[in-house]
Amino acid sequence: MLTVFRKEIAAYLGSLVAYIIIGIFLLVAGLFLWVFPDTAIPDYGYAGLDSFFNIAPYLFMFLIPAITMRSFAEERKEGTFELLATWPLTDWQIIMGKYLGSLAIVLLALLPTLIYYYTVYHLGAVTGNIDTGAVIGSYIGLLLLGAGFTAIGIFASSLTKNQIIAFAIAVFLSFFAFSGFASLSNLIALQSVDTMIASLGISQHYEAVSRGVLDTRDLVYFLSFSALFLVLTKTVLAGRKW
Amino acid sequence: MSICVEELTKVYESQKAVDKVSFTAQKGRVLGFLGPNGAGKSTVMKILTCFIPQTSGKATVNGYDVNLNPIDVRRCVGYLPEHNPLYLDMYVKEFLTFAAGMHKLPDKTRHVARVIEHVSLGDEQHKKIGALSKGYRQRVGLAQALIHDPQVLILDEPTSGLDPNQLIGIRGLIRELGKDKTVILSTHIMQEAEAVCNDVVIINRGRIVANDALDNLQVTYPGKGLEEIFITLTTAGQK
Ligand SMILES: Nc1ncnc2c1ncn2[C@@H]1O[C@H](COP(=O)(O)OP(=O)(O)O)[C@@H](O)[C@H]1O
Ligand SMILES: [Mg+2]
Repeated sequence: MLTVFRKEIAAYLGSLVAYIIIGIFLLVAGLFLWVFPDTAIPDYGYAGLDSFFNIAPYLFMFLIPAITMRSFAEERKEGTFELLATWPLTDWQIIMGKYLGSLAIVLLALLPTLIYYYTVYHLGAVTGNIDTGAVIGSYIGLLLLGAGFTAIGIFASSLTKNQIIAFAIAVFLSFFAFSGFASLSNLIALQSVDTMIASLGISQHYEAVSRGVLDTRDLVYFLSFSALFLVLTKTVLAGRKW
Repeated sequence: MSICVEELTKVYESQKAVDKVSFTAQKGRVLGFLGPNGAGKSTVMKILTCFIPQTSGKATVNGYDVNLNPIDVRRCVGYLPEHNPLYLDMYVKEFLTFAAGMHKLPDKTRHVARVIEHVSLGDEQHKKIGALSKGYRQRVGLAQALIHDPQVLILDEPTSGLDPNQLIGIRGLIRELGKDKTVILSTHIMQEAEAVCNDVVIINRGRIVANDALDNLQVTYPGKGLEEIFITLTTAGQK
């Protein structure tokens, strides 16, 4: 598994695409935080990273599928999956190697955003006038969210040989998982059912974690969410017909 | 028997690609798996390397069942898939080290050096695989299959697309490897089978039409070359 993991990372870092994707992510996040009038800190007059954490899930919806789309799709297109699958590895070792490899790249994209925190921390009228606890909570929420989206992306990539299709499926599934359930629950009038439906969606759990209260139920939710999509990936690989 | 295939059948959606195929392969011999395009050669090889499951029947490699002990099977098999897929962005040495890592070999550098020497890749070892010519890529594929010094080699059309000089080199190498390993190679080129194989299995539209030592086959059909025998057997059903 470690060998697959290392190869994935090397492949990402060896290609220009990864840097472009990460660059765009940082640029857009930065624009929302500093420049765009509705969300930017200088106009908002309030030292916090809220606008970053509000916009980040939507950026992740595109960033992560762009990272994960190649993982299985490319191997199938090039035929190298046949090599990988006939070396003495289990399907799980392949899946986890690829999953953790992609997740590591997501972390790498997130790392530079700590600069935003640092800047806000020193920018405030009173240095340090920022709710550090909330920021830590939000980062944990973002990590869990990233882990879930990465699992979706890996699954989508296992479905097809075509990276663009894998990307589109992953964006759609991520969007639906994030806000689809909440919208659905608004449509349904029945009170008891709609809270239940809303709790299936990611957004509710993301907001809960971001508030800084790390409830085990939210943690369990995120872990089982990722596990579900990895199990689905395994099912797809096990039924290979090519 | 190092490879034992019994009544192997594979059905793709509606089409029967392999139909009750049975044969065995022995250590120290090269078995030529012959048949026209679409006969089902690659399908059998993919089942033997645990890439795809069969529909019915049984296959074992060195006593390990492909369904029950797939990891053990893969450990003792070196496989060169058809069309020789490779990570073109990797450097030759990087790729072979990666393959060695997949087999969890303790001394990767030594094994990489060994196979590079074995398939004469010395001059190309620092190049990107994507920059190599077809003949050298084929050697990289073979080196990958040999990295763990496997007892069984499964080579799917290992010489397709090579020029005559490269052909001679690779064929010599395969003959050499066949002396102390079990080798199965598929081809539809009869001169090749005559040049390197000890045993011959001919498959046509999923069914076995001949299964014998090359010498015996030439006794059964006196005065005929393998080419004629092949054509007689693979067109018989169509008349
Ligand atoms: N993934 C697949 N799905 C459907 N049919 C397939 C698939 N792979 C191979 N076949 C069919 O099975 C038959 C045998 O193919 P193959 O084993 O590749 O033959 P060979 O290697 O002898 O040329 C062919 O008719 C081919 O079209
Ligand atoms: Mg074939």
